[in-house]
Amino acid sequence: MNFLQFMMANRQQVLDLTLEHITLAGGATLLAALVGIPLGILITRVPQLSKLVLGGANIIQTIPSLALFGFLIPAPWIGARASRLAILALVLYALLPLIRNTYAGIRSVDPGVVEAGRAMGLTDRQLLFQVELPLASGVIVAGVRIATVLSIGLATIAAAIGAGGLGEFIFRGLAMVNNNVILAGAVPAALLALFADFLLGRLERRLGSLHLKS
Amino acid sequence: MTEIPHYRSALETPAIEFDHASFRVNGRALLQDLTLSVKQGETLVLLGRSGSGKTTTLKLINRLLLPTAGEVRVNGIRTSEWDSIRLRRSIGYVIQDGGLFPHFTVERNIALVPQIENWPRARVKARVRELLAIVGLNEDLALRYPSQLSGGQRQRIGVARALAADPPILILDEAFGALDPITRSEMQKEFRALQQRMRKAVIFVTHDLREALFLADRIALMEEGHLIVDLAAAEFSRSPDPLVRAYMEAFSGLPNPEKIEMGS
Repeated sequence: MNFLQFMMANRQQVLDLTLEHITLAGGATLLAALVGIPLGILITRVPQLSKLVLGGANIIQTIPSLALFGFLIPAPWIGARASRLAILALVLYALLPLIRNTYAGIRSVDPGVVEAGRAMGLTDRQLLFQVELPLASGVIVAGVRIATVLSIGLATIAAAIGAGGLGEFIFRGLAMVNNNVILAGAVPAALLALFADFLLGRLERRLGSLHLKS
Repeated sequence: MTEIPHYRSALETPAIEFDHASFRVNGRALLQDLTLSVKQGETLVLLGRSGSGKTTTLKLINRLLLPTAGEVRVNGIRTSEWDSIRLRRSIGYVIQDGGLFPHFTVERNIALVPQIENWPRARVKARVRELLAIVGLNEDLALRYPSQLSGGQRQRIGVARALAADPPILILDEAFGALDPITRSEMQKEFRALQQRMRKAVIFVTHDLREALFLADRIALMEEGHLIVDLAAAEFSRSPDPLVRAYMEAFSGLPNPEKIEMGS
């Protein structure tokens, strides 16, 4: 039986695990964006915190993923369900690109433009939402794109703690020494990552060229 | 007749006053003991080299900075007592190359202050059209982005944006500095004509003596954070002050038969 035949024979399970995978990676990226983007904004306002926050997010990234999943198991409530635990671990990994890109994006806005806005009497909030965030949106979406691709890849490891997703096939295939089974997890995961990268890449280019129409 | 004293006192309060104002940062004095005032309808040109304190002076007016000693008053009220947002919305600010928001159309750029002041939509639209006409631009530029305009057009939009809510005070920082000489001279002429009609209190920062002589009612020459002279434009070229002489000389090197004869 070749790989395609295996996929066809198990299409219902492939589909279920792919959906589970999307839920894990998508949910984690969404949560990470809800935390990471405001944190990125915060450290442009309170620069004293930037070293701490960026450093912390950096350190999390250096923890081996399998170890991080393990560390989190004793956590109350979170540890009770494998999917919660997997999402939390993925959120922690996705934070760095989101925080860093939000911070870098806002910092890269032309200071002359920001000062013009301030001098015209924009409040801090107006400056943020009408000037800084729109001008930084291309860079921020680039961060979301990195975080998404990262999460889709890492979510395969979530199967190690029983959180499901396409990693199930990969780990099962490894145990069975069966390449078809491994590929049934790896190929859809890779396609998913490429597809997300493509979509977000288009959005990023559109936002990045918002003001460069000519 | 009872209104007259009241009316006079209102006229006598200068729009902008510096009262022994200094600004230091990290022990370095960027501006020292500046005393200067600008009345409504008057154009004061701040002339000086880069680093002479001109831009610092402007930032003290719209409270981007607060003086570390002395006082700066706008309409008789200390800037430290003004609500900074209100203060800034009553001062038009023009910078080099316009400082336009690259992600806003021309229309949104010009309409920014009226919009955040919640003017009705129809009034904002009408005001944008009116301003485009005032700065000599065609209405169909309204939907373009700044990157689709020439430098001169951007600068005109910058002026239009500063005038949008009809502020009584206008401050311009090297406003025409990035323009080619022909466009620059056009803008100077138009700005002078505009000011003759508008009678705002204007502070115009430049390092170009010719621009200063052309636009100013008064010229204040600054050097290293100090005010050197503050003279009517007509008297400026006759001042014996060595720094004024140095300026006059630096700008007289161009072929201008009258000046060459005067020098010999």
